[in-house]
Amino acid sequence: MSPGQAAQAGGFLWRAACRVAPVVLGYVPVGFAYGVLAKNAGLSTQNILSMSVLVFAGSAQFIAVGLLAAGASMAGIVLTAFVVNLRHLLFSAALSPSLGGWRRRDLSLLAFELTDETFALHACALRDGPLSRAETLAVGVMAQAAWVLGSLLGAVAGSAVGDVRPIALDFALPAMFIALLAGQAKTRTHLAVALFSGILSTVLALSGADRFGVLAATLAGAALGTLWQSWIRPTSS
Amino acid sequence: MAILDQTDVFLTILGMALATYLPRAAPLVFLSGRTLPPLVVRFLGFVPAAVLAALLFPSVLAPQGGLDLSAGNVFLVGSVPAGLAAWRTGSFFGAVAAGMGTVAALRYFLGG
Repeated sequence: MSPGQAAQAGGFLWRAACRVAPVVLGYVPVGFAYGVLAKNAGLSTQNILSMSVLVFAGSAQFIAVGLLAAGASMAGIVLTAFVVNLRHLLFSAALSPSLGGWRRRDLSLLAFELTDETFALHACALRDGPLSRAETLAVGVMAQAAWVLGSLLGAVAGSAVGDVRPIALDFALPAMFIALLAGQAKTRTHLAVALFSGILSTVLALSGADRFGVLAATLAGAALGTLWQSWIRPTSS
Repeated sequence: MAILDQTDVFLTILGMALATYLPRAAPLVFLSGRTLPPLVVRFLGFVPAAVLAALLFPSVLAPQGGLDLSAGNVFLVGSVPAGLAAWRTGSFFGAVAAGMGTVAALRYFLGG
């Protein structure tokens, strides 16, 4: 079936697939890296997949694997996941004004599939007009399918890959953040906010602040950007 | 390495799932259709850039836990092609491939 025919045949799935393709290309290898690291940390294949299906949050999953391997407490890991994923609160709040007509059931599913990358896709689509419900939900489900597939491949290959360093799997997460950050640094103010939060977070990490340093640096940076844009340079973008 | 109790791991995963889902769902389910104050919207617009940088910078500037700005820091060096690929091509996959490829190559040739 050609792309044109597929589009005519009620192509919301096709349109969703086109939009989500770049994220799928990223999720499969990064999910693979997570699977390999988790396998080497001693997680069973069932648990590796459970986490990708039930949690579906890249950075939190990588961090949890490290903490599990280090013997951290259950409460500590759950709290860390909460702090690291608090940013989704802000993604969710950013989308909510545009989704007034949606049913609660659809919103619940949309929320479940909300990641940095799917948020970026939704935010991008919103610039062209209201979101199509079926297409938007399909984007999320397809992205997660790619993440689960990558995790499965990594879990299966995990025992064969003894050391993750030669193939740089430990750089998968930083590289992912760089890619996402490049898409977010839209204006000079955004770039300045990113630099400020990044440096503050590093200073806090070096002084032993741990995960709360990330949250503190995020809130401080966003507050500074808001202050700058609202009162100091209201005309610049 | 300690042997992990897989039941405990699964319970941890359930806790993580809840801790991740609540912040994702609460605003969408309870605020949808309402207009947020412009100041809040502006603040929210800065959050993704701020949080991504806050997560990224420490892992690249201090990968071993201490500040390392030398050319021997493969994560720092690998960030350059990853950033360039992301900026020039806008491709998520291209950036990840360029970054991981550079780090893998540096380790192979330098034995890092």
